Amino acid sequence: MKIVVCIKQVPDTKGGVKFNPDGTLDRGAMLAIMNPDDKAGLEAALRLKDQYGAEVTVVTMGLPKAEEVLREALAMGADKGILVTDRVLGGADTWATSTTIAGAIRNLEYDLIITGRQAIDGDTAQVGPQISEHLNIPVISYAQDIKIDGDSVIVQRQYEDRYHVVKAKMPCLITALSELNEPRYMTPGGIFDAYAAEITTWGRADLKDVDDSNLGLKGSPTQIAKASDKVRKGAGEKVTLDPEESVAYIMGKLTEKHII
Amino acid sequence: MDFTLSKEHEMARKLFRDFAQNEVKPLAQEVDETEVFPRETVEKMQKLGFLGIPVPKQYGGQGCDPLTYVMCVEELSKVCGTTGVIVSAHTSLCVDPILTYGTEEQKQKYLPDLAGGKKLGAFGLTEPGAGTDAQGQQTKAVLDGDEWVLNGSKCFITNGKEADVYIVIAVTGIVEKRGRKMKEISAFIVEKGTPGFTFGTKEKKMGIRGSSTYELIFTDCRIPKENLLGPKGKGFNIAMHTLDGGRIGIAAQALGLAEGALERTIDYVKERKQFGRSIAQFQNTQFQLADMATKVEAAKMLVYKAAMAKATQKVYSVEAAMAKLYAAEVAMEVTTKAVQLHGGYGYIREYDVERMMRDAKITEIYEGTSEVQRMVISGNILK
Repeated sequence: MKIVVCIKQVPDTKGGVKFNPDGTLDRGAMLAIMNPDDKAGLEAALRLKDQYGAEVTVVTMGLPKAEEVLREALAMGADKGILVTDRVLGGADTWATSTTIAGAIRNLEYDLIITGRQAIDGDTAQVGPQISEHLNIPVISYAQDIKIDGDSVIVQRQYEDRYHVVKAKMPCLITALSELNEPRYMTPGGIFDAYAAEITTWGRADLKDVDDSNLGLKGSPTQIAKASDKVRKGAGEKVTLDPEESVAYIMGKLTEKHII
Repeated sequence: MDFTLSKEHEMARKLFRDFAQNEVKPLAQEVDETEVFPRETVEKMQKLGFLGIPVPKQYGGQGCDPLTYVMCVEELSKVCGTTGVIVSAHTSLCVDPILTYGTEEQKQKYLPDLAGGKKLGAFGLTEPGAGTDAQGQQTKAVLDGDEWVLNGSKCFITNGKEADVYIVIAVTGIVEKRGRKMKEISAFIVEKGTPGFTFGTKEKKMGIRGSSTYELIFTDCRIPKENLLGPKGKGFNIAMHTLDGGRIGIAAQALGLAEGALERTIDYVKERKQFGRSIAQFQNTQFQLADMATKVEAAKMLVYKAAMAKATQKVYSVEAAMAKLYAAEVAMEVTTKAVQLHGGYGYIREYDVERMMRDAKITEIYEGTSEVQRMVISGNILK
């Protein structure tokens, strides 16, 4: 079995966030980690590898620095790492990103593609399903459990109040939730091996069946008009009312602010 | 010269830090309070290869350098001094001498289990009458046919009773050196469960309370002839060389304790308010922290330099002695100041700094007291 896992290097949201003047994130200036949902997706792939035997290839698109998450994935047990990096790919929205990644994956053999549900920086949860559309394969999103049954996968797809058990024939794409599992640690020796390993680097020329008009900032249908820091909450408000009126007042405020 | 860590080392540090934060820190207070050996943590570390970091892959280890190992002990000790010394005693004092002095058969027999995660190691040198004066050994080993027969005892043995494999130093005869009669000392590998090998008192300690410190007792304990480690009569050299490496491990533990106490204190002084402002805004706090941070950095350089010396030099006794001496004294000073800056709360066991202060004291004593380190250093200067 061949599994492709798409991972993204994201800012460690504990470390503070910085923007470029054009409103996109200044990725070079921030502490970076492997996106948590992607890490769960990688762990799921590695467990399938432990259980059934599989070759796990990790793919990421980003700055040259994004190579770090590929090394981390190799140190956890992935077999191959592919970095897709090119200036013309920068500033991509989810459409341009999914086009790029699909273009890269077309060069690979795969039975299963696993992505995270969403990245903690953009928070869109769109790239996984869009990749499946580009590749014309089924998608099962929000996976909380994955099993292999012959040439099919059986996945528990999470909903707000339940889960569905969905069976799909491979090849297919699954988006993973960080609740899916507890990702394994790297091993010290694995880290040194990962840095000795070869990372494949692909640029624009290596993307298969992709049109320039669908890549990078120029190929993005959406553009970020403005980005700003979160507006700070004002000082608290103290009200002196009797208990019933207080409840009505608080509920009114919460509704007004769309919290409930 | 380059003071930047390689990317591999940076990532290894991230691994050790994540593990320490997620798996070790939550248990540190309980381990101290109950004095229970953290067996589950040790098993997790065994699974991840933390107990065979500098051991070549052919013997089941991780094939990393001494600096990676040192960073592991350092990061563990930032949150729990007990866990740091368990790894250090195992790796430096049991695995390293087998790797350095063992025959190919001994390496094949012991290293895969010790480095790969099935067995834990310990080192038995100290006796009630032979501490700093390590030549004063009383434990005897007599060859009887195909077996050595051990009689005597060892005290203050880290990982005692929990460990499966022990390096034991014993007297094997009397030799004449320059007209003087001297004890001939040799090293042995002894396995737990060997008849005649039992454990005595468990020590009740001030700090590193989860680390098990036991007395080893040998009563007509028979071990195979081939369990002699290194040449007969070279036991003292083996022990001293082993301790050179061990001192780098303890220096890393001391460094970690100092760093951990400093981190806690920085967080605390930013939050704690007196006289209407955070105590970090008082210049006394600022200057204390500046001194602490500077000393920690100096200790770190010595510890890392000693680790690099172990990787590249045949002899690194002085580097190890300086690193251990300085890091241990910095640990003691920094943890004491950390308690002071926490005020009354620093004296309460719920806050981590008082535990770190108790843990720090032992780093000035074990694997050679600070005075022994000064003997090693001055002996080299004046030779």
